[in-house]
Amino acid sequence: MKRAESWRLLLTSCVLCVSTHSIAGSGKLLATPGVSQVEGSAGGGIVPWAQLAGYASEDQWSLGGFCSRASVDDYRLDVCGIQANLFDRVELSYAEQTFAVPALNTDIEQSVSGVKVRLYGDIVYSTWPQLSLGLQHKSLKDDAVAALLGAEDDSGTDIYLAASKLHLGALGGYNAFWNITARHTEANQLGLLGYGGQQGRERIYLEASTAIFLSQHLALGYEYREKPDNLGLGEQQWQDVFVAWFINKQVNLTAAWLELGSIAGQSGQSGWYVSVTGYF
Amino acid sequence: MLNGVKCYARHSLSGLVIILASLSLVGCQTSVKPTLYQQVGGQAGLERLVDLFIQQIGRDKAILPYFAKANVSHFRQGFITHLCDTLDGPCDYRGDSMVQIHTGMQITEADFNRVVELLINAMNEAGISHTTQNQILARLAPLRGEVIKI
Repeated sequence: MKRAESWRLLLTSCVLCVSTHSIAGSGKLLATPGVSQVEGSAGGGIVPWAQLAGYASEDQWSLGGFCSRASVDDYRLDVCGIQANLFDRVELSYAEQTFAVPALNTDIEQSVSGVKVRLYGDIVYSTWPQLSLGLQHKSLKDDAVAALLGAEDDSGTDIYLAASKLHLGALGGYNAFWNITARHTEANQLGLLGYGGQQGRERIYLEASTAIFLSQHLALGYEYREKPDNLGLGEQQWQDVFVAWFINKQVNLTAAWLELGSIAGQSGQSGWYVSVTGYF
Repeated sequence: MLNGVKCYARHSLSGLVIILASLSLVGCQTSVKPTLYQQVGGQAGLERLVDLFIQQIGRDKAILPYFAKANVSHFRQGFITHLCDTLDGPCDYRGDSMVQIHTGMQITEADFNRVVELLINAMNEAGISHTTQNQILARLAPLRGEVIKI
C-alpha cells in the first residue's frame, strides 16, 4: 500500500513537472546526468556513475525523484528515492528499498542515504573523464533474514570512486558513453541480506557501464557489477542491458533485462527492470 | 519457456557487443568519406545553418542579451567562415580569436550549453543527420575553454 502511494506520488509529480516550467537548474545537456540506480545515486540501473543527478550546472541546483522495480524469477525489488544536486558539486540522495521474497512471504526493507562529490571534470567537455567520490550508507529495518543467513551487521557504508566520459560522435558518428566504478563494500545483495559474513574478504569491487546514444533521446547500454560472496551462498556478478529514453530534461524512463545470477541460493535470477526519474 | 527467454537475453548481451564492435569498424572502413563541410551541404548548407541558428538565438530570452551589442551580419559572416574552417571546408578563418570575441561576456556553463542546444535545434531544422551533428559538436566542444567564464 505504502509502495503504491509512492508510485502515485511520483507519477503525479512527473505530470506536474512536465506540465509546468522547471524552476530548477537545466544547464546541462539532455541525457548527460544519466538515470537513477537502485541505491538512489545518479547512474545506470545498477552502477552509480560519476555524473550527479539532475541538470544543475555550477551555479544551479536541482531536485529529483525516482521509482524503480526489478522483477526476477523468485524476488522483486521496489525502490523509490529523492535526489538533490547542489551546484554540480554535491549530490545528496535518499532511497527506500523493499525486497519481496514471496517464498518466505516476507518483505525486507532497507534505506540508503547517499552523498557524491564531483572531484574533477565534465563528462562532455573535460579532456580526462569526470571523476566523483561517493558514499552510500545502507541500513536494514529488520535484520532477521540477514542474521539467519550469517551476516555480521544490519548496516554498512559503501565508498566508491567513479569515472565517466561521453565521446561525441565516436562510434560511427554516434555518441559513446562509458563509466567505471570501484567500490569498497561488505554488502550482501545490496545489503538486503545484511553486511559481511564468514566468507567475507575486504576488497574493492569493479562495476562498469557502457552505452551508445542512438539519438539525442535514446540510449542503449550494458552494465556489469561485481559483488562479494560474504555469506558463501554463491552470490554472483550482476549484468543488464538497458534502453533509456530521455523524453526531456524533466522525465526519463528506463527498461532493462537483468541477469542477477544466484540470490540467496536461488540460481539464475533474471527478469525485467523499469524505472522512471523526474526532475523539478 | 523461461529458459528460452533467458537464452535470448544472453544472446542479446553478446549481440550488443557485436553491434558496438561493428559500429566502430564502420567508423574505420569509411576513410574516404565526405568532409563534415560537404555533409552539411557546403557553403549554401552552412549559410542556411547559421541563419537558422541566428533565428534560434533571436527567439531565446537567455541568450539574446549576449548579442545586444553585436553586429549580426559580422557575426553571421564570421561564424560561417569559422565553421567552414573547423569542418574541413575550403576556408581559412582569420577573424578574432575565440578568446578575443568572448572576453568580458562572462558566459556561464549553463548558457554555453543553451547555445549548444540552439545549434542542435538549428541543425535539426536544417535536416543534418544525428551522426553528422555529433561529429560537428565534437569539433566545437574543445573550444569551450576559450569561450566561457572569461
